[in-house]
Order: sequence, then structure tokens, then C-alpha cells
Amino acid sequence: MQVFGATINELFVNGAFALFDLLADLDKVRQAVVRNVTVTGGDLSDLWVNYLRECLYLWSGEGLLLVNYTVSSIDQKQVTATLGGEAFDPARHRIRQEIKAVTYHQASVLETPQGWTGKVIFDV
Amino acid sequence: MSKEKLELKRIDENRWEIPRAGGMRVPGIIYASERLMHDIGTDESPRQVANVAHLPGIVNYSLAMPDMHWGYGFPIGGVAAFDLQEGVVSPGGVGYDINCGCRLMTTKLTLDDISRNLKELVVALFQNIPSGVGSKGDLKLSLQDEKKVLQQGAGWAVEHGYGLPEDLEATEDGGMIKDADPEKVSVRALERGKAQLGTLGSGNHFLEIEVVDEIFDADVAAAFGLEKGQVAVMIHSGSRGLGYQICDDYLAEMVRHIGELDFALPDRQLACAYLNSKHGRDYLAAMACAANYAWANRQMLMHRTREIFARTLRKSPREIGMRLLYDVCHNIAKIEKFPLAGREVALCVHRKGATRAFPPGHPALPERYRSVGQPVLIPGDMGSGSYVLVGTEKAFQETFGSACHGAGRVMSRSKATKISKGRAIAREMADQGVIVMASGRGTLREELPEAYKNLDDVVEVVHRAGISRKVARLKTIGCIKG
Repeated sequence: MQVFGATINELFVNGAFALFDLLADLDKVRQAVVRNVTVTGGDLSDLWVNYLRECLYLWSGEGLLLVNYTVSSIDQKQVTATLGGEAFDPARHRIRQEIKAVTYHQASVLETPQGWTGKVIFDV
Repeated sequence: MSKEKLELKRIDENRWEIPRAGGMRVPGIIYASERLMHDIGTDESPRQVANVAHLPGIVNYSLAMPDMHWGYGFPIGGVAAFDLQEGVVSPGGVGYDINCGCRLMTTKLTLDDISRNLKELVVALFQNIPSGVGSKGDLKLSLQDEKKVLQQGAGWAVEHGYGLPEDLEATEDGGMIKDADPEKVSVRALERGKAQLGTLGSGNHFLEIEVVDEIFDADVAAAFGLEKGQVAVMIHSGSRGLGYQICDDYLAEMVRHIGELDFALPDRQLACAYLNSKHGRDYLAAMACAANYAWANRQMLMHRTREIFARTLRKSPREIGMRLLYDVCHNIAKIEKFPLAGREVALCVHRKGATRAFPPGHPALPERYRSVGQPVLIPGDMGSGSYVLVGTEKAFQETFGSACHGAGRVMSRSKATKISKGRAIAREMADQGVIVMASGRGTLREELPEAYKNLDDVVEVVHRAGISRKVARLKTIGCIKG
């Protein structure tokens, strides 16, 4: 998965969106619950992987599909975000593709003249 | 990761060597025919075999089986053994789905006995065995019971009425690795495991009704209770979300401490810990929990299958005679003893997409198979059937008692989905005499038969190399998938 953002905040917002968009059809997901997450990492790419692992756990561990994302603070080693959505309901939501894990393989975050680029490979 | 071209030297008809170079501590050996090597050469997996050879304490060789393909850190199909004092354990050498494995049950039924009810049977299995993404079972474990499952494995299931004591004898390690410590398992992993016991899962996991199609070794087949024309059931599943979470937790932990290791890793995915360190011991104790959970899971899936057969066919369990032939794991790290330089040495053997294949006479085998060797169960891709092989002394000497585990992908899931656009896979399978039902919308296309190596080619290499021998081939007649 390759994600872009004009700012680092936007990159992390778009990262969560891309993950959940790959997982499920988000059109019918409403906002009923909110989760605040704070994630740390050794460097920016480690932080990127750990943040996406956290997002994935909210699905695989808690069964949540999340559609609204706000990154309130971020530096090289810590990100705090608020994610909103609702519990998966097989009657209303359609799963597109299972994502089993977020891997460290070729994971990277780079600042380019156009903004920020993040890459990650999922185990599906 | 080093990028210089990898040298591959052909040793004989079935083996290729990656000679020691750079930081490799031992050579690599890949079991493959020329044709399979052609496929393997297109991904990065031979490089991964060489990378594993860089790890400290690795013994003899970094090995790969003919179904090898790219995996996370270690290649899938990789086998590597490590010295307990100087060696390491790596979660990437076991895989995310800890103790993913197979169990084969034979019956007293023939195809004629079930052909009229086959559709009904597949539908009943599909409706009553939870499968698919995030599927939950009927049983919701209390934390206390879940911890007992993690310690006792398949024995917990049998004790709670899901099967028979004799099932445990026919399960690798009796369905339980000792020294499993639930205190080393995170709250998240426990949470994910609570409601998934007795569920099949998704992706390449399946439950198949098969018929014994060909016998290659009559004596061993007789010892295994296999007869031509007999109906059998193969289950392929693992430790579900619990195993994934344990792998994920320990990988992150080991990556965090990568800088503290006194050696350089060629790839961050090989994150590992010394076997005699706290991280190493903790991982093994948590991994054992996932392994035990997977055995309890397959035990419960088998029990449910027995019930569904009896109900659907309106026959007694005695008439059906569904007996566990064997259960093997193919994603695991285990402490086992091997002959090394004239003495017996305990090693930590990683088998990632590789099956244990112990020889006749080995004390780990159940009494009834001791004279012939361990049953080695090799599932194929969707609908193509399976092989039963038997372990050999040569495997014990050359591959730390290991053989292949399946057909092995040659095509990614996304590519398989792309090239099968517009095709009705279930209909194609039905035309070949296989009734398939799947929960996931995309599963059948992702699991397209062309996405896998030819199972016959893979098994032929293992057979010719002598690291297991062919006993029987089974063909699929019904299949449920996640």
C-alpha cells in the first residue's frame, strides 16, 4: 500500500483510511464509537507500522470499522489520533478483503517535494 | 538486504546449493526440480534462504522445501535448526499462523455410501462450521478456560467432550507442547482467542471431503488404515487471531530490541532473540500457547464434523467410523533431538510451511505407526486433493526430520483475483466433480487452482529426494472454505 499526504498529519489520516477502505466497503459505516490511540515507535517508519498495527487491531481485536480520523499530535516517535466508526454488522457491512497483519517489509515514510509518502505491505 | 547476485549450484536431481558467501554461517540447500526452480527463481525466496543462514547458532544448512515461496522473514517452506546455547528463535521463522496444520480423518464409508447425500453434506458442513473473516464459534471461553486451552491443547477439548482420548495419540506431540505459559500471552491475544475456538478461518484454510484415489505403498497404507475408494476428511486450520496476535506482539518486541543484538541482521524481518534469553524463552512459551490453541481448534472442528456426518447421513458414529489418522503442524519451532557429529543433540527446529516427517522407530510416533514411520499430510490447492506420505530416516539425517507442506503459491492473491475476473470458479469446480462453498466473496478467485504449484511436482521431489515417501493420493469431492 502506498499513501500520500500534503502533511505528515494527513499522511497518517490517509493511512488509516486506506487500511479500512481495503478491508471493507465504508459507505454504510456510521459513527457510533470513538477510540483515542497513542502509539510510539523507534523512528518514523517504525511509528508508521505501529500506528497501522493499532488501527488493524481495532478491527481484528474489537471488530470496529472506522471511518473518521483525526491526528491531534505527531512527531518522529509518537502519534495521537482519534478514530470514529462502529462495530461490524454483517447485515449492513461488506468485507472486501481480510488484512491479517501489517508487516515491516519495505515499510517507509519519506518527505518529498510534493509532500509525504508512506509505504507498507500487508499480510493478507 | 544484500543485492549481489545469488549463486545457485545444482547438487543433484532434487537439490540446489547456495554456497556460503558474505555473512552466511552455513550454506543454503533448496529441494526442487529444474521446473520448480524456474518458478522459485522469480521471487526473492532463495535470497531469504541465504538470509536465514546469517543467523547465529544455525546448524548445518538453511533449508527450503520444493513448495517454497516468499514469506515474511523466513521463506515459506523454510527449515532451520539452531543450537540451544548459541542460537536464536525468530517469530518470522514460525509465521503468523502459529501451528497452522492439517488433520486427516478416515471413515468406513465409500463414495457410493455418500454420493447421494454429498451436496447435503457439504451444505451442512458449511452451515454448521463457522468460517470466514473474523468468524466466531458457539463457544465463548472465560479467561480462566482459555488459559487452560492454551496449556492443555487438544486434551482440553477431549476432556470437555469434543472427541476421544485415542484422538490425542494420533496428534503430533499428543496435541500439546509443554511449557506453554499463558502469562506470556498479551491481553489482546487472549481477547482475540476467546470466541474463535472451533472456527475454520479464512484464506487458504479449508475442510474437504476426499476419496482415496491411489495407493503407492500398500503396506504403509494398511498401517495407516487407508484403502482405495475410502472417504476421508482433511481439515486445514490454525491458531486463528490468537496466533497472529502473538506473532505480531513478539515481532514488534524483537524489532524494538534489534539494536541490542551482538550481530547484524540482513533483514529486519528476521528479528529474533537468543534461545537462552528472556525474550527467546518468553516467545517460545507464548508460541506454545498458540500451538496448543490450534490443536484444540482442529480437535473441535473434527468433533463437529463427526456430528454433522452422523446427522446428515443418518448413521451411527460406529457405522461412519471417523477415525483420526494423524494431525501435523506446519508452522512451528520445536525443541527436538537429532544426531550431530556422532551424538544426540537438542536443537530448536523452525518449520515454516514444512511438515515434520519422522522415521520408523522414532519414540515420538504413536505405537501403531512406530514400525512404518510418521504420517506426513500434504494438502493441495482448492479441490486438487491431498497426499499422504511417510517420514524417513533420510529426512531425519538431512532435513531435521522435515518435508514439504503443500502446493505453494506461484501467484499472489491479487494477481489470482485479477486473472480470474468474470470466471465462475464454483461452477468450474463443479464441472470437475468438486462441490465448493466459501464464505468470502473473493476467496474462490484468490484460491484459484492455477495460483499454486502443481502438487504432484512438489511431492515428486520430496519422494525422489527420499525425505518422505508417497503412500496415497486423495481426490477432493467436497470443500468448504472461509
